Amino acid sequence: MSDRALIPLLSAIALTAIIAACLVGSTTMSPGRLLAAMVGAGGAGDAIVLWEIRLPRAIAAFVVGAALGLCGAALQGLLRNPLAEPGVLGVSACASLGATLALFYGAAALSPIAVPVAAISGALAATALLAFAAIHTSSVITLILIGFGLSSFAGALMALLLNLAPNPFTLSDLISWTLGSVANRSFDDILLAAPFMIVGLVFIVLSRRALSALSLGEEAAHGLGVDLPRARGFVILGTGLVTGAAVSIAGAIGFIGIMAPHLVRPLVGYDPARTLAPSAILGGVILVLADIGVRLIPSPAELRLGVVAALIGAPAFVWIAIGRGRTHG
Amino acid sequence: MAEIKLNNVCVEAGGARLLHNASASFRPGELIALIGPNGAGKTTLLKCALALTAPSAGTVTLNGKAIADFSPIERARLVSYLPQSRPLAWPVRVCDVVALGRYAYGASTTKLKGEDASAVAEAMRDCGLNHLADRRTNTLSGGELARVHCARAFAAKAPFLIADEPVASLDPSHQFQIMTLIRAYVDNGGGAVVVLHDIALAARFADRLIWMKDGEINANGAPEETLTTAQMKQIFAVSAVIAKDHNGWSLTVTGDD
Repeated sequence: MSDRALIPLLSAIALTAIIAACLVGSTTMSPGRLLAAMVGAGGAGDAIVLWEIRLPRAIAAFVVGAALGLCGAALQGLLRNPLAEPGVLGVSACASLGATLALFYGAAALSPIAVPVAAISGALAATALLAFAAIHTSSVITLILIGFGLSSFAGALMALLLNLAPNPFTLSDLISWTLGSVANRSFDDILLAAPFMIVGLVFIVLSRRALSALSLGEEAAHGLGVDLPRARGFVILGTGLVTGAAVSIAGAIGFIGIMAPHLVRPLVGYDPARTLAPSAILGGVILVLADIGVRLIPSPAELRLGVVAALIGAPAFVWIAIGRGRTHG
Repeated sequence: MAEIKLNNVCVEAGGARLLHNASASFRPGELIALIGPNGAGKTTLLKCALALTAPSAGTVTLNGKAIADFSPIERARLVSYLPQSRPLAWPVRVCDVVALGRYAYGASTTKLKGEDASAVAEAMRDCGLNHLADRRTNTLSGGELARVHCARAFAAKAPFLIADEPVASLDPSHQFQIMTLIRAYVDNGGGAVVVLHDIALAARFADRLIWMKDGEINANGAPEETLTTAQMKQIFAVSAVIAKDHNGWSLTVTGDD
């Protein structure tokens, strides 16, 4: 399949998934009612369900999934490793630690952008540390282990905050950050994160050719004319901003950034630059579908999106790692 | 005039002396082979010429301007580089790898136009890769892969080529093929600096041999002047029988001192 056909096809699938997400829920809405609500002709209840609840939620799921799919593809290109991903490398965990700290210490009450900024700072700190490590070691395993260490440390600090939570409300707030969810998100939440995402996206897009050149290794990329410090800086800044912004919307959601690029790569000739856009769209689709699943699976308490994503994604991670072990010896 | 010039270049890392007072110049139309034991500083010298390593003393200039003052793109348009380790992170297509050679000209691998397209096509043809264009690199043999990397380096159409062990781990036929390609590049006006461990091969193809040991340049001259039993003993501590006839150079190592 050519790349030109892939992006429109994925976009059509994404649109269908978002519409489907608006149709299903505790009360199923028929396509006719959805259409009526959309143009403002239906009942007031339908309009609220659509505009205040389902559509923002579906868009939030798509945006977060797209952000994670894009960051996964960018980090994998930079680190030349299909297992690199914001979740696996501890970037998401550090971002949600940042957000949690902002909530815990009440900074969120001071300014609406406190949480996104805190989440992004956490993500940038993690990506910077990883990039520093990546310069000093060529071992992919070392990086994954550092990511594991980062996740564990961020997890431990989060557990400490849970432990010290002064009241059940703070506790439940903290838990929803750890588990990841797009329930009850409004367009305002998305708009707050959007500028950070757009700036991050620009940084990543500007380094896309460098990511392709990096397929040949860092020395060869240098020889080709890649400004390595700039490329590293841009990808780190870009993924830090985008992941942090995604976490500020939905909390930590793992493995989307692994699955989406892995599925897309064979369709675009394994070129890291051409993997970015389709992997972002597919990441969005996966998360919208997972969120539909979250709402449809009958359960006593609503399932958390991050939990469902990990239930699908973690086995996929193991599967990719085993496949990689087989081909790379 | 196009020239890469190293002037009394020293490199130290962690207290170790990797390169000491190395001076040499490389010009178009000349194929230079760097020869010496492992750890002699050959790769370090090449990395200085590429601004991959900053000298602790001495200067490296490209066309009269300090190499560190070039932007990566400007430098890449003048010098293409084939590193010693050539890891391929993804099983990309052969044509896409060669197209990366046009990076410094802003070419995108999917939409090659004009000069970029013709440079890539020419490099693919010269290296005999036309029938492999759509193959994934992980399905190629070592010899085919070496040709892909060469084609990638040639596609840049840079006046200089720096190649670190381009024929390592290749069979004799592929070693010959790759060296023939580099020789053709030089005969067409390019300047090449190549690290080689096969000294007879180096003597056959190179115009000049630069002999290195312990971070220093020990001798620098045409094979006829510098390829001697005394030189072999000094650099590699081996006894060797060296002969040149109408078939070219032959060299047999007869003992280890």
